[in-house]
Amino acid sequence: MMNIEGRPTGIGEIVAAPPKTFTGNRALDVEEGVIFDSGRLDFTGVDIDEPAPFKSRLGGLERQGEIGLPGLSEPETMRHYVRLSQKNYAIDSGLYPLGSCTMKHNPRLNEKMARLPGFGDIHPLQPISTVQGALELMEQLADWLMKLSGMEAIALSPKAGAHGEMCGMMAIKAAIAARGEGATRKVVLAPESAHGTNPATAAALGFTVRPVPAGPDGLVHPDAVAAALGPDVAAIMLTNPNTCGLFERDIVEIARLVHEAGAYFYCDGANFNAIVGKVQPGALGVDAMHINLHKTFSTPHGGGGPGSGPVVLSGRLAAFAPVPFLRREGGKLTLVEHADGSQAFGRMTAFHGQMGMFVRALTYILSHGSDGLAKASEDAVMAANYIRVKLKDLFSAPFGDRICMHEALFDDSWLKDTGITTLDFAKAMIDEGYHPMTMYFPLVVHGAMLIEPTESESLISLEMFLMVMRHLAIKALEGDKERFLGAPYYAPRRRLDETTAARKPVLRWKPTPPAEIYPPAK
Amino acid sequence: MRYLPLSAEDRELMLAIIGVEKIDELFADAPEAALLTTPLDLPRRKTELQVERHMNALAAKNVAAGAVPFFVGAGAYKHHVPASVDHLIQRSEFLTSYTPYQPEISQGTLQVLFEFQTQVAMLSGMEVANASMYDGSTGTAEAILMAHRVAKRRKALISGGLHPHYVETARTLSDMAEDEMIVLPPDPLGQEDLIGALDDSLSCVVVQTPDVFGNLRDLRPLAQACKSKGVLLIAVTTEILSLGLIESPGAMGADIFVAEGQSIGNGLNFGGPYLGLFATREKFVRQMPGRLCGKTQDADGVRGYVLTLSTREQHIRREKATSNICTNSGLCALAFSIHLSLLGQTGLTQLARVNHAHAVALAEAVEKIPGVHLLNASFFNEFTLRVPGDAAALVEAMAAMGVLGGVPVSRLLPGAGLDDLLIVANTEVNTDEDRAAFLTALAGGLRA
Repeated sequence: MMNIEGRPTGIGEIVAAPPKTFTGNRALDVEEGVIFDSGRLDFTGVDIDEPAPFKSRLGGLERQGEIGLPGLSEPETMRHYVRLSQKNYAIDSGLYPLGSCTMKHNPRLNEKMARLPGFGDIHPLQPISTVQGALELMEQLADWLMKLSGMEAIALSPKAGAHGEMCGMMAIKAAIAARGEGATRKVVLAPESAHGTNPATAAALGFTVRPVPAGPDGLVHPDAVAAALGPDVAAIMLTNPNTCGLFERDIVEIARLVHEAGAYFYCDGANFNAIVGKVQPGALGVDAMHINLHKTFSTPHGGGGPGSGPVVLSGRLAAFAPVPFLRREGGKLTLVEHADGSQAFGRMTAFHGQMGMFVRALTYILSHGSDGLAKASEDAVMAANYIRVKLKDLFSAPFGDRICMHEALFDDSWLKDTGITTLDFAKAMIDEGYHPMTMYFPLVVHGAMLIEPTESESLISLEMFLMVMRHLAIKALEGDKERFLGAPYYAPRRRLDETTAARKPVLRWKPTPPAEIYPPAK
Repeated sequence: MRYLPLSAEDRELMLAIIGVEKIDELFADAPEAALLTTPLDLPRRKTELQVERHMNALAAKNVAAGAVPFFVGAGAYKHHVPASVDHLIQRSEFLTSYTPYQPEISQGTLQVLFEFQTQVAMLSGMEVANASMYDGSTGTAEAILMAHRVAKRRKALISGGLHPHYVETARTLSDMAEDEMIVLPPDPLGQEDLIGALDDSLSCVVVQTPDVFGNLRDLRPLAQACKSKGVLLIAVTTEILSLGLIESPGAMGADIFVAEGQSIGNGLNFGGPYLGLFATREKFVRQMPGRLCGKTQDADGVRGYVLTLSTREQHIRREKATSNICTNSGLCALAFSIHLSLLGQTGLTQLARVNHAHAVALAEAVEKIPGVHLLNASFFNEFTLRVPGDAAALVEAMAAMGVLGGVPVSRLLPGAGLDDLLIVANTEVNTDEDRAAFLTALAGGLRA
């Protein structure tokens, strides 16, 4: 068939095995070299005026030799990074069910507000009189976070969740030292299901970690805590809802035991998004908790950061909060930037914390309001339970029919004898267009699959995801191993060799010696 | 609610399929007394327009750097960022992706990290760089811990030229980890005797260049002395742009390099998010904190990238990890990398020259004002002035005249007897008119 200009309008010849392209490109998926390949060391993509002649005052420390950095024009730059971006999965392109990581929608209003010059273009050390609006914003965010958590004080400055943990545990260490028990209380209790950051934080502060076993129901039990407590214990670090996606049912009793033993209760707030507006951690006996603004309050993850990890504190720890903190004097706000003469334990970072994230988080909070925040928590928990019940006939749930919070946990016992692992299953999900769930975490469950759909998915989106999960599960149980063991087949890359990467690390580009580009003539 | 796709009917249907009647049954494990059955008494949801009004009103109460002649630095700098940078970092695929734990569908982020690590290594003259830290200050605190692991000693010596916030951040972590730290007194003239303070009980010495007062430090003699005592040299810079003109810390013999990378690609943002740069020698790589991206091949033998050497990290090693860091500054690293890709070494050097030229021009003019003394023998784009009287009051007086004139040292070091010192930064954004306005406001402020 041809149209009037003689251009064929049919579908061409059907070929069984499509040929490989010369370039390695696959239509819109284009191979992109590294910026250093261009090698144009004398080019720059930024127009800069030559300064008037001047007398250098560098004290003889001028750089010698080439740096080695090529410059790209703006069109080349756009193309390089747009092509690279197209090799990434993102929330904006699909459901991102990473349990514990909370990949919810990132509202664009947040981005717009963070870029207002009055927030994005102010310096942390300009006179306090010229940043009253910024301090007011911090005060408003602090107020919301304290009320939502039911806690009495807050340190806004920690840079991310793990940094918030560090801050909370430092406040605990300072409080214990102030009691004169610094030399004796050197143990921190943490369940084996804890995030890796918990034991890493405790160890960095000189504590020894004593594990607390969870019961067969995935929960920490008061008797296990009581058995681990003693006069040597400084604190317990407990995630609630926990990393199995369950609300720690006995948390109030655990807090009572911990306090009775003279220790403090650190709550890992990574999963606060399940209970915002529904339960106040302060009412559960928590002494310190970090809040991941990049999880619960929708600031974007950005491919690995930046985050923001404000820490809320109980009255028992409030006096030990680090600098800087806000003080209202009459109509004016000031920043207390020096610890002298107070019990503040020190400083977590230069300046005042992740202001860019504060703006985004407050924008999200104001958009939702107290009613919308509670609704978001409810929808997140409901979506996870929907997934749980809709998959439970095919997948195996380690804790039976128990209601979950914001994430549904499965193990790999249902894959037993199929020759297919959790990893294989995850990679097959990639071929079907989904980012895999969190896998092999928490460690207490074999071959864990932790699914967190968040409140951002429509019912149709959830149903599509469930359909894919069920189809894949049926194929796995039917023995269609090829689909899984070689997956992914259709991603920009097949499985990558991580063993060689670690054994012979190549951590930077290096110029190829000319001999390798032009092999010597034979 | 515009961000929640489920309808009332959807919710009813879902609850029925889950097998509960009311939503609160899903929260039944929470203690009854702690469960809120009605929303907290706080403001209810707002439209986009209402939120914008609220935030615009707050933003309008601040003086933006771009709106006035601006000379504030001391660890964060106002630079021009090309428009393409902010556009690219807002690509959905960069902005709304997670840490690249599934490399097959994260090659974009991973290749960016590989390029970023290479750029940081080249710029610093070091062999390897990581995929970023939170910022320069926390990176410095982590570098000290790393030096303790490498040297198997637990005592650090800190130069009096290190940014006081960095000192406080490092001291807090050091005290909490029960390590030792010797901090030399503030050193506005850059003349302290670090070599004389070295001994073989130290794991490391931390030196900033340009230091917080703007002085450039020649690290070479110190590096020699460190080597003979088995002490690691940690070089810090808070103005990464300076490396466009100044000899790299790697070439001067540093063992660990830490920097604040905000100046390239990232805005002021009232102090964060910023970008910690961290680089070292290849032999120390397994003691490094933070994520690392490495090059490898996929099952078809095609080049690709993965996160690697993660046996150093908390999610694998838990209490034996080299650091507790997890989330870092990925998107800020992307902005840095894009801006530096545009600049290249040619643009970077030109930009650094303009900064230096502007600072020299201002210094020469300021030196003519009676009673005002420039302390620095050398500087890049920032220097310290001794003024008659209180520098903080002077800054307030200049602000009242519409000029943000710098950082009084008393803001960073109250009670140190340095109340008459003013740190002044001068970058490519400052025009001749801005400098004239600075001189007028300075003279006016001194008369007041």
